[in-house]
Amino acid sequence: MEYGLDLEYSFNEFLKGFGLSSEVAHIIWLPLPMLLVLVAAVVGVLVTVWLERKISAAAQQRIGPEYAGALGVLQPIADGLKLLVKEDIIPAKADGILFTAGPILVLVPVILSWLIVPFGQNLLISNVGIGIFLWIALSSIQPIGLLMSGYASNNKYSLLGGLRAAAQSISYEIPLALSVLAIVLMTNSLSTVDIVNQQSGAGILSWNIWRQPVGFIVFWICALAECERLPFDLPEAEEELVAGYQTEYAGMKFALFYLGSYINLILSALLVSILYLGGWGFPIPVELIAKFLNLPINAPFIQVFTASIGIVMTVLKAYLLVFIAILLRWTTPRVRIDQLLDLGWKFLLPISLANLLITAGLKLAFPQYFGG
Amino acid sequence: MSIAITTQFICFTVLSLVVIIGALGVVLLESIVYSAFLLGGVFMSVAGLYLLLNASFVAAAQVLVYVGAVNVLIIFAIMLVNKKEDLKPINDIKSRRVISTSICLTLLSLLIRVDLTNVWSLSSPQNSIGEESTIRIGEHLFSDYLLPFEVASVLLLMAMIGAIVLARRDVMSKDISTGLPVDQELIEKSSEPLLTNKN
Repeated sequence: MEYGLDLEYSFNEFLKGFGLSSEVAHIIWLPLPMLLVLVAAVVGVLVTVWLERKISAAAQQRIGPEYAGALGVLQPIADGLKLLVKEDIIPAKADGILFTAGPILVLVPVILSWLIVPFGQNLLISNVGIGIFLWIALSSIQPIGLLMSGYASNNKYSLLGGLRAAAQSISYEIPLALSVLAIVLMTNSLSTVDIVNQQSGAGILSWNIWRQPVGFIVFWICALAECERLPFDLPEAEEELVAGYQTEYAGMKFALFYLGSYINLILSALLVSILYLGGWGFPIPVELIAKFLNLPINAPFIQVFTASIGIVMTVLKAYLLVFIAILLRWTTPRVRIDQLLDLGWKFLLPISLANLLITAGLKLAFPQYFGG
Repeated sequence: MSIAITTQFICFTVLSLVVIIGALGVVLLESIVYSAFLLGGVFMSVAGLYLLLNASFVAAAQVLVYVGAVNVLIIFAIMLVNKKEDLKPINDIKSRRVISTSICLTLLSLLIRVDLTNVWSLSSPQNSIGEESTIRIGEHLFSDYLLPFEVASVLLLMAMIGAIVLARRDVMSKDISTGLPVDQELIEKSSEPLLTNKN
């Protein structure tokens, strides 16, 4: 824990220099990382929306957005502004309270889950002990919001979409949790920081993807299904269900769903990079480079340098996965609902169970490679 | 009073109010859908109370199991069988209300008595294990609470088999309730082709 920047400590010391008590300094500190992460999440969504439009266009040999700013980079902002100023409609026969609460319940757990995403040794909001388990628990709240908005819309397509979303979410949560459990078994800890540190021994060679290839694929499939990305976007399959639970929504309430799904996509990509791709780790360990160049690892400028490399690596890996998710969207056809549930219960669940068993066996047989 | 204690007190008050008002709403509201969603709110606030007690693992497990699984399934079931039906008026409603109120009041007085007689304060309140609790829970589950833990899994298996028997009537040769032989053709496919007759 000695390694790395500790911004909180330095900030508190800085405020104490003005004669404030440590409690007041802590209260002034508290909202800062939260605001920072919220801004990062929203900017991440804007970038992802732009990427999605541009890459989709490229995949279909179109140009995509090009008039709003250079290469259309301002297009997502224009979209957001449009949704902000649109009229907010609640259908006459809809249930007003549940109709409003639904999108909020979908968005809030996703944003809360950013609590545990580390961008560096001390660069996260809170290193809670239950770490990754918090994310699994929070992501299980989302189906309630979907069911709520599906029911409140008073529309059969919405209700069907909400029911599908809940069924899909429940089915894919189990293999997802089991593949996370295999990682936790190797790390001996639920904390995301410990999970990354356990992979930081030998750079790219010690990343979990080599030790958990099956878990990686299962986790990625389940993460896509939880985000309702195509091939798994059945809850909003437009040919069958208009737009599923979003059918009756307009304006800012629709924007909350939109924001929630993209924040969830980025969050899933970040978590895949943390669990399987070494998180903030550089492919070659930074300590090795520093030793090679004869630089002291604890010097302040080296620390700032490693911290910025950490942030860049985390974001880079996450956006690489987002890119793969967008490509998958245009290369795979949508599965049917029965195929989706079969894939979840009859294929992914047994495979992730076997993966857990084999991981436990390997951990006992080769404790030096699979975490003793 | 320091800032930390004040924050804790405010959180405790808000969470307790949400639990009490939400639970009353679950019982008293006419609409079953509202009751189900309020139940989710009550479960969430109980998880918040666990968090205040430094039991973060129990709080997360509460959210995962009660909100994410139990409550979602309750809402799911309500939405699949969302029949609007008028309930039949009950004749002796007044005497029933008197009996249930007296039973509830007796239970309440018993609980108040428990609250007043039991010594709640722990011997050493500073000795909180906090983040260690995950490991401790695991140790207990696989040592002194092993039997209840395993028996619970048998209970779940029984519930699952029961659900499968109820849902898949076609696997039985006789109907469970009537004892008549089941017409398996009817369940597997429509007894007459839907499209050919319309020509």
